Amino acid sequence: MLRLPAFDVAAPRDLPGALHLLADPNQGARPLAGGTDLVPNAKLGQTRLGTAVLLRNVGGLCGLERRGDHVWIGAGTTLAELATDPTILETCAALGRAAARVASPQIRNMATLGGNLCLDTRCRYINQSEFWRSALGGCLKSHGSECHVVPGGQGCVAALSSDTAPVLIAYGAVVEVAGWRDGQVARRELPLADLYDSDGTRHVRLAPGELLTSVRVPVPGPHVRVGHRKWAVRKSIDFPLISVALRLELAGGALVGGRLVVGVLGPRPRVLDLKGLAGRPMGAAFAAELGRMAFDRCRPLPNIPYDADYRRERLAVEVRRLALGLLDDPPHCSDA
Amino acid sequence: MTGPISSDKTAAQLHRLAQDDGRAEAAPLLGGRHGKHDALALMTGAAGYTDDLALPRMLHCKLVRSPHAHARIAAIDTSRAEALQGVHAVLVGSELPTPYGVIPWTPDEHALALHKVRYVGDPVAAVAAESEDVANEACRRIDVQYEVLPALVDPEEALRRGDVKIHDDNKHGNVTKRVQLAFGDVDAALAEAPLVIEGHYRFHGSAHAPIEPHCAVAVVDGKGLLTVWSATQVPHYLQRELSKVLCLPMRQIRVIQPAVGGAFGGKSEPFALEFCVARLAQKTGRPVKCLYTREEVFLAHRGRHPFDMRYRTAFSADGRILAVDSRALLDGGAYSSFGLVTTYYSGQLLAAPYAFGSYRFDSTRVYTNKPACGPKRGHGSVQPRFALEVQLDKASRALGLDPFELRRRNFMGEHATTVNGFHVGSNGFLLCLDAVERASGWRDKWGRLPAGRGIGVAGSCYISGTNYCIYPTELPQSAVQMALDRSGRVRVFAGTSDIGQGSTTMIATIAAHELGVELDDVRVVAADSDLCPVDLGAYSSRITLMAGNACAQAAKTLGMRVREVVGEAWGVPAERIVLAHRRATDPEDPNRWMPIQEAFILAEGKYGLLGATGSYNTPKTGVHGDYRGGTIGASPAYSFTAHVTEVEVDQETGEVRVVQIWCAHDCGKAISPVLVEGQIEGSVYMGAAEAVMELHEVMPSGLRDPRQRRDSGPGRDGLLAASSLLDYRIPTSLDVPQLSAIIVEAPDPHGPYGAKEAGEGPLHSAIPAIANAVFDAVGVRIDHLPISPAKVLRALRERSGTC
Repeated sequence: MLRLPAFDVAAPRDLPGALHLLADPNQGARPLAGGTDLVPNAKLGQTRLGTAVLLRNVGGLCGLERRGDHVWIGAGTTLAELATDPTILETCAALGRAAARVASPQIRNMATLGGNLCLDTRCRYINQSEFWRSALGGCLKSHGSECHVVPGGQGCVAALSSDTAPVLIAYGAVVEVAGWRDGQVARRELPLADLYDSDGTRHVRLAPGELLTSVRVPVPGPHVRVGHRKWAVRKSIDFPLISVALRLELAGGALVGGRLVVGVLGPRPRVLDLKGLAGRPMGAAFAAELGRMAFDRCRPLPNIPYDADYRRERLAVEVRRLALGLLDDPPHCSDA
Repeated sequence: MTGPISSDKTAAQLHRLAQDDGRAEAAPLLGGRHGKHDALALMTGAAGYTDDLALPRMLHCKLVRSPHAHARIAAIDTSRAEALQGVHAVLVGSELPTPYGVIPWTPDEHALALHKVRYVGDPVAAVAAESEDVANEACRRIDVQYEVLPALVDPEEALRRGDVKIHDDNKHGNVTKRVQLAFGDVDAALAEAPLVIEGHYRFHGSAHAPIEPHCAVAVVDGKGLLTVWSATQVPHYLQRELSKVLCLPMRQIRVIQPAVGGAFGGKSEPFALEFCVARLAQKTGRPVKCLYTREEVFLAHRGRHPFDMRYRTAFSADGRILAVDSRALLDGGAYSSFGLVTTYYSGQLLAAPYAFGSYRFDSTRVYTNKPACGPKRGHGSVQPRFALEVQLDKASRALGLDPFELRRRNFMGEHATTVNGFHVGSNGFLLCLDAVERASGWRDKWGRLPAGRGIGVAGSCYISGTNYCIYPTELPQSAVQMALDRSGRVRVFAGTSDIGQGSTTMIATIAAHELGVELDDVRVVAADSDLCPVDLGAYSSRITLMAGNACAQAAKTLGMRVREVVGEAWGVPAERIVLAHRRATDPEDPNRWMPIQEAFILAEGKYGLLGATGSYNTPKTGVHGDYRGGTIGASPAYSFTAHVTEVEVDQETGEVRVVQIWCAHDCGKAISPVLVEGQIEGSVYMGAAEAVMELHEVMPSGLRDPRQRRDSGPGRDGLLAASSLLDYRIPTSLDVPQLSAIIVEAPDPHGPYGAKEAGEGPLHSAIPAIANAVFDAVGVRIDHLPISPAKVLRALRERSGTC
């Protein structure tokens, strides 16, 4: 069995305590909530863990509630809670359904929304044992200088495999981030779409020591529809091979705006604005056009372990079916 | 027959059910719906697996593995590892120089690589240390200098490149075995037949994926007695090879197989870890344990051989098989393993249940720089079965015949001889066909399902053990010792390996049946070479037939003695006494009975300790053809299977959903029907997953060739594409079809109570039945497995000309 390398554990009782620990550059500190991504990665020697800062006892990170025109979700909320919470299912059901498709029931009971948004990028050349990676000779993200996905490539193209990120970007979610500055908690907000960078070795744009604390999801109006589709080989356990979210803003049966958010391509979700399609009547032809657009503008890479050409073809079908499902569904519900 | 037990019954309920069965007068124990004898212990964790063993002062062993697919070892420096605190011993290949191999004719492996490494992961050194962490650190400090050689990952290339030899002393390039056999005039039949179907088939590699990784623990006592506990399915062969490699007499080696968490053929030969812990225990004088990581399980492999097959099958106008002509290239990986047998099986096991007018096969197994392939459930015959059954389906379309009808017309019959000379006894194949045809509603569905939905059929045959042992011997293949005592208990000592298939339950059921006790009154001591007689192990589906016969022999001997003393006491002939349900009774005088314990006491009083032995050896005459290789694949009794599958194909994505599988399997006699159904279900799920999902692959070669690469450093070639259970996808409970397991019983004179195998046969035809159903659904043939969405989509486009 793989050994989990030894690390220190700190269990702060409040946010300042946690941020203080995370800010210390000498600790090699990493926040640990559900641990479902960090711990396996540490076992593979892919993540070095100096101190695990447990977030379990930190107040204010859990729970969710409707606050006016948006839903506030603590980053420590588990995916299992998201998948079943009545407020979520009423206001942003596609998020609940996307959360319900992550991994397995056991993992969803542990994994948190914050963890899923900050998921490390994945690649067939990275998520391997130390032995395997050393036999390969490393890569841009793993003690090497060569990209095996894009020969000659200078940037890491490992994929963000989060299922909740595309759908939350479709909702226009904003994340709240807290850091430790001058002995105080410093907070800032940014659109989730801006959280991600195109460099797979540091794809989450958090400053050292910063922690994602919550997510604000604007509740869509009656003319907005949001949906999410995931495809993986197995119906449980698997990371997505395709994870795509769609937001349609409609007026009088025609499109006025929206976005298509395609996950698992590279380190950040690809956001395709639909403004150029404004005025299109809703129907099968529109769904097919969206599918073609996804096919033309997205090129899945052989970064995650599946046939990349097929993923591209499949993406077109999934996008079309997602659109068709949304057109059939009542407002802002989704097919998942 | 009683109805099936629904799967929501707990072990305790099954257990009670077993006892209730016993109490009901009419319900026979043998053939009754009892649960697994050891189910509660397994499910509560009371049964210990090898890794549960923790001995005082135990050290932990880790292996250093080659990062190169093919290289010469120039030097190994272990000094930095030895200097590490907590390291007790380091082992390198030169300390265990004797080659081994489960097949005595092809010993081509070393516990640790001697001069060369032949796949990424080939072990080169071992460490014993105070903890796993120290052992891992020590492994990092072992410096191995390699001279990298070109790696051959593609079997065609391995065949061509005579200049790059994976085993320097191999006679014919990289060919490990070639078998060419012909029966009858194939060429004439092909030339004259009104219909010849030609096909090119590829069968991919897959792994066993047992949930329990390989694990071994060794200890040496003060007198030099070596005890090895191992997660193996062949304790006897392990004892033999340990003896050879460690130069220790077999009497000084004790092998114990604790509970095993799945094997499926992946633990049916000795592995590096067993030799290493044994030698390290000798070197250190302390117990040593080694537990493989999941990645190491994939590296140890011995999974299904990838096959490239070309088939020509000649048919008469009315659908009779006039000739079968096959050529196959088997991708063997770095070592021989069971490869000699695999190569024979690739042809020898195909000639039933259909009568072939003539038959020729030419199979070549080559070495490649990849983890070694070996026996996986349905060893060597699953791949050709896929090809043949798809060929039959193509012929039925060409001839306009219902594929059931085509198969019935070619039925070889029972008590008949195959074209390659195997004598087949009982044969319930037609009953299997009838059962799945009826259960699946075939007649209402075939050709009548909506587009995208299809139904397919296939049949197969398998062996219940082999007539000839792996090593030449006239000695019995199975034996048991049995004893009764005054407590009313029966003890059975059997060398059998229960790997989850239920051999312990089978032994207990037969003993209880013959001696009139309940299942829980039988203690089975199994798979301990000090305590139990030799049994060859859990492979080739041999245990029920062989150990079952041995057990029945001993139990009948003891039962007769008990009946004699009871008969004497009552003044009636012994033959009249019935032992059942903890009683001795005289059916002609229902009021006369005594508790079985009392009967045992009477018998012990008369004879002293009541013990008996039973042993089984296979028939050797009249069972196979008289030609070189004619013995390989010969079995005392053959099992038969038929599958119908129904699939749904998404024509936009190419994804195939297997909706339902009906499998009827002729096991001769179901001694424990619940377990037989379990074996059918497990086999069918495994086969279905191979058809559409599982894939064991390594990354392509070429990069490591020094002429093509700028340095001789690391690279992609030969690396496992999937080395975890996340990337190597086996189906979850949400991914498996509905399944109907139907037991068919055509009792065989060679089987105990007529019993034949049930553990491997039911896998075979699941795969071609799915491929045939896909054709029925969307009209395209996927002859290269697995049936992936991409392949289906491509085929659909090619057909409609829009590619």
